[in-house]
Amino acid sequence: MNNDDRVVQRTRRRFLVETAALAGAAGMGLALDAAPAPATPASMHTAIRKVVGEAPLNKGKLKIDVPALIENGNAVPLTVSCESPMTESDHVKAIHVFTEKNPQPNVIGAQLGPRAGRASVSTRIRLADTQKIVALAQMSDGSFWSDEVEVVVTLAACLEGT
Amino acid sequence: MIAAAALFLIALASAGTAGSAEIPLAERKSDYEFMGRETRAMQDDDTANPATLWVLDGETLWQRKDGSAGKSCGDCHGDARTSMKGVATRYPAFDAARGRPVNLEERINICRAEKQQATPLPFESKELLALAAYVGRQSRGMPIEITEDARIKPFLQAGRDMFTERQGQLNLSCAQCHDDNWGQKLAGAPIPQGHPTGYPLYRLEWQTLGSLQRRLRNCLFGIRAVSYPYGAPELVNLELYLMWRARGMPLETPAVRP
Amino acid sequence: MARALINAPAKAKRGEVIEIKTLISHVMETGFRPDNAGKPIPRDIITDFICKYNGEEIFRAELFPAIAANPFLTFFTVATESGTLNFEWTGDNGFSATESVNITVE
Repeated sequence: MNNDDRVVQRTRRRFLVETAALAGAAGMGLALDAAPAPATPASMHTAIRKVVGEAPLNKGKLKIDVPALIENGNAVPLTVSCESPMTESDHVKAIHVFTEKNPQPNVIGAQLGPRAGRASVSTRIRLADTQKIVALAQMSDGSFWSDEVEVVVTLAACLEGT
Repeated sequence: MIAAAALFLIALASAGTAGSAEIPLAERKSDYEFMGRETRAMQDDDTANPATLWVLDGETLWQRKDGSAGKSCGDCHGDARTSMKGVATRYPAFDAARGRPVNLEERINICRAEKQQATPLPFESKELLALAAYVGRQSRGMPIEITEDARIKPFLQAGRDMFTERQGQLNLSCAQCHDDNWGQKLAGAPIPQGHPTGYPLYRLEWQTLGSLQRRLRNCLFGIRAVSYPYGAPELVNLELYLMWRARGMPLETPAVRP
Repeated sequence: MARALINAPAKAKRGEVIEIKTLISHVMETGFRPDNAGKPIPRDIITDFICKYNGEEIFRAELFPAIAANPFLTFFTVATESGTLNFEWTGDNGFSATESVNITVE
């Protein structure tokens, strides 16, 4: 299988940005066989609203742990943890993660519950560019808490080819 | 950012050829030390290191009977944890029958052809990488042991020449970056010394496990020089020189790199 | 079946919060990468992961293309009783993989 070629990636980004402009601010999809426009802050907010509805996002309780300077956007370690006693009556039901500038805003949606013991999920994600990551936690009482971080993604110095 | 990198490279390209000096042995650092904390943590934890998946596959392949001889690696070599201990630290190694050094992947294929009567595994195939990772893993922590003897001397010199000679459109030598300017930044990323202490390794850029030859081919592409096909003697000579340059440094196979 | 690696304690005390680490081999093709002709390589990802403890679901995650290749996922659970932890990954193109480990809780 071919691997990410930075020249191709940059060309693709330019293509996506240009076609996104053509497709309009709503970030609507293009022809079926073309790649969708990259996520914009607007599409990230739409994806977030799909999860939380009209509920407000409270700041606090949730913490995103990610390197501030990322050596390679292909595999970025990410931990999202939320303060909570994790009891039947007071626990984290779900943790969701979103990005601002990836081609698609959703990253992961994890369902927890009182059996989790600790509300903390770790994984490795892809980041297409320097951007904002937003995480939110849905609590058993229906409230939503969020955190966001800005990260810088560096590209490999030399083009690799294959 | 790319413009800055280009200027740096142009500066290197036009600088005089006044002797690239080898890094003094005591000043050598593994490329591990140039990585960020989180990438190092990925390598240090076998349960998080993606390369472990290949090591596990290698363990399975070690026991799989193959070829018309119907033998597995284990049938001759027994438990790899004992029989393969130290082996990867000595490769590339001189092969008397072929009169030249061969790397570990080639050695595995020679065994397959001669002892198992099995077809060689393609270079960079999942299976060959898994076996190389499994064998390499058995030497983790042990010092690299390429000793200069009369037989490998000409090949070592050929590898050294390739490392120190300017080549490609940018007229750059490996030594100019990795001997003379290690530690400095190129387009935001630190230039490592370039020791192959952890191959085959999981490169985040590749999103998969890959061999030293893959990395070398990519380096050559990066400096816009003529590359070589997998298995080319030029690449084996360069591997030999690089492992010799890293002699005494502990093997980290299978490593993680950005 | 894709190679999977589970790291969970073999033994735990009742009520102890334990960490479970999972790693599975999968290319996680995003669907956004172009091939040499410029056409996007079709998406091929793991979309769902479920962990069950003695048959009861204790953790579930929906994965998207932004999850890195060879997905690594860790989470916690309370060690309630001895038994089996089952793991199931499903995804595009009928992808399915399962793994299980035993746990002794005293």
